[in-house]
Amino acid sequence: MVFKEYETVYGIIMLKEDSKKNSEFLRKKAVWVRKETLNIHRIAQETRIASSLSCVEIFVTFFYGKILNFDPSNISWDGRDRFIISKGHGAISLYPILADFGFFNKRELSRVCKEGSFLGGIPDSIVPGFETINGSLGHGLGVACGISIALKTKNKNENVFVLLGDGELYEGSVWEAIMFAGEHKLDNLVVVLDNNKVCMLDYCKNILDLEPLEEKFKAFKWDVTIVNGHDVEQLYNTLLTKKKEKNNKPKLLIANTVKGKGVPRLETDSLSHVKSLASNEIDEIIAGLQ
Amino acid sequence: MNLEKKTMRDVFIEHIYKRMHKDENIFFLCADFGSPKLDLIREEFKDRFINVGIAEQNLINIATGLALEGYTVYAYAIAPFLTMRAYEQIRVNLSLHAQLKEININLIGVGAGLSYDVSGPTHHCIEDISIMRTLPNIEIFSPSDWVLAQKFVDYSIKVKKPKYIRFDGKPLVQIYENIDDVELEKGFIEIRKGEDVCMVSTGYMTHKALKVAEILAEKNITVGVIDIFLIKPFEENLFFESIKGYKNIITLEEGFINKGGMDSLISSILENNKSKILLKRMGFGDSYTFEIGTRDYLHKLNNIDEESIIKNIKQILKGEN
Repeated sequence: MVFKEYETVYGIIMLKEDSKKNSEFLRKKAVWVRKETLNIHRIAQETRIASSLSCVEIFVTFFYGKILNFDPSNISWDGRDRFIISKGHGAISLYPILADFGFFNKRELSRVCKEGSFLGGIPDSIVPGFETINGSLGHGLGVACGISIALKTKNKNENVFVLLGDGELYEGSVWEAIMFAGEHKLDNLVVVLDNNKVCMLDYCKNILDLEPLEEKFKAFKWDVTIVNGHDVEQLYNTLLTKKKEKNNKPKLLIANTVKGKGVPRLETDSLSHVKSLASNEIDEIIAGLQ
Repeated sequence: MNLEKKTMRDVFIEHIYKRMHKDENIFFLCADFGSPKLDLIREEFKDRFINVGIAEQNLINIATGLALEGYTVYAYAIAPFLTMRAYEQIRVNLSLHAQLKEININLIGVGAGLSYDVSGPTHHCIEDISIMRTLPNIEIFSPSDWVLAQKFVDYSIKVKKPKYIRFDGKPLVQIYENIDDVELEKGFIEIRKGEDVCMVSTGYMTHKALKVAEILAEKNITVGVIDIFLIKPFEENLFFESIKGYKNIITLEEGFINKGGMDSLISSILENNKSKILLKRMGFGDSYTFEIGTRDYLHKLNNIDEESIIKNIKQILKGEN
């Protein structure tokens, strides 16, 4: 028997939009993605595990929460929402999700960073499901602005979503794009800032304090909402509202997150970006995740 | 025929403007840089013209987003800032992307070489050929006159790849009389045939090469002139066929020499063909020019003026090279 709140999307049993069990469903998916991401890191120690763990709930909400329109069997489908992963380093947690939806074969997950694989430590658009080149920081938002203008010119309803890292905000090109998006009223553009507050060498506040972020974006004519980036319910409700809201403003969700979320040793380490986890440590963490 | 003097950019933009009437797929972006003809586009196509501000990095990124959605995009700025301020944007979003996806982005850089003579070294553009040649998947167009620039309009729409178009900033007299005679894909034209020596030039220096050839012709010295306008891709075999009869080649460019510019292109062709032709490179040495003066004055300072070219040719003919 299939419960009426469930439906099948690309072979995956998902909850319907109005289901009250939505949050519980997304939370379970987040635990699964976190485990799968750690398993990838086990075989590919070059991957940036701490950065990949801070955006797990964001990816889960986009894909399993059906915030995004997409078709894994036709990755360049015209009607898809464009999702630009600007913080490329932290996108390993998207690999298990894309494989789960059939963007590529699940067997590929065992070949991350291995010879001949298309799944590297930092994903590029050679990976089905990735729109742009992401390894170098500070490019995604500007490209997204161009896509946004293109969709508006064609009177299309699809949205452009961007995952931005807070460390990326040190790149001047990001601010050129922030200024542009506000001025051009790009309200089909929704940016989620993975505000994990740690760069490679230190906490951002110890390098150059990025705060006050809300005021800065508002001054550039953006619509800003602050959410807990690990709370799938908040993420889901805000994204669902913001993608439909046409108020002549680009939208920013400042998603407050913890770098290395789920791994206590990383959560409090200012150098977590460059830290790897040993296999036995991963076993312990996975056993404790729920 | 009465030869006309025009700027490459005005001729090119005027024809893009005409195309924009029937081709809704064209976007024109600029980094706060204009031209009299651009005003036509600015006024008439407000929905497909964007001035991104003095922000070359964002210019490239916005152009990429539009091109990924299928638009033919022109991104217009001052050449040194377009290529060098935004070099990594060009590398990531044009060069890398174009290997995976079809994107038609045309970077129009104005101010090739020493076009902006008195503006000083920040505005001199003498690195662009070297650095843009390094990037895979990008074509380089370096015309010597507005006729070539006009001819390139069709090509820029038809060939759906990233391209770097380097225009001179000054109005220059046309070299080519009939646009139909130009075979753009071939990439070069042997304008004058010579005996022992051939000058191979690009952009503004082709005008200098022609002047030198005329002066020497009066003294019964016949030197060849080959104008290269499509630097990448380059028809290496066709080119070698054209030069293999010469004993000496002199490359002339408003760019650094021995650093991957046009001289390096010619040098590698000679090497690939195990040629015995002797090569003399003329361009800028390993320094910038802060001294202010006209283009001719700056050429003289850097030993690439007409007199220096003639001196080199005479030495070569005397066997002193």
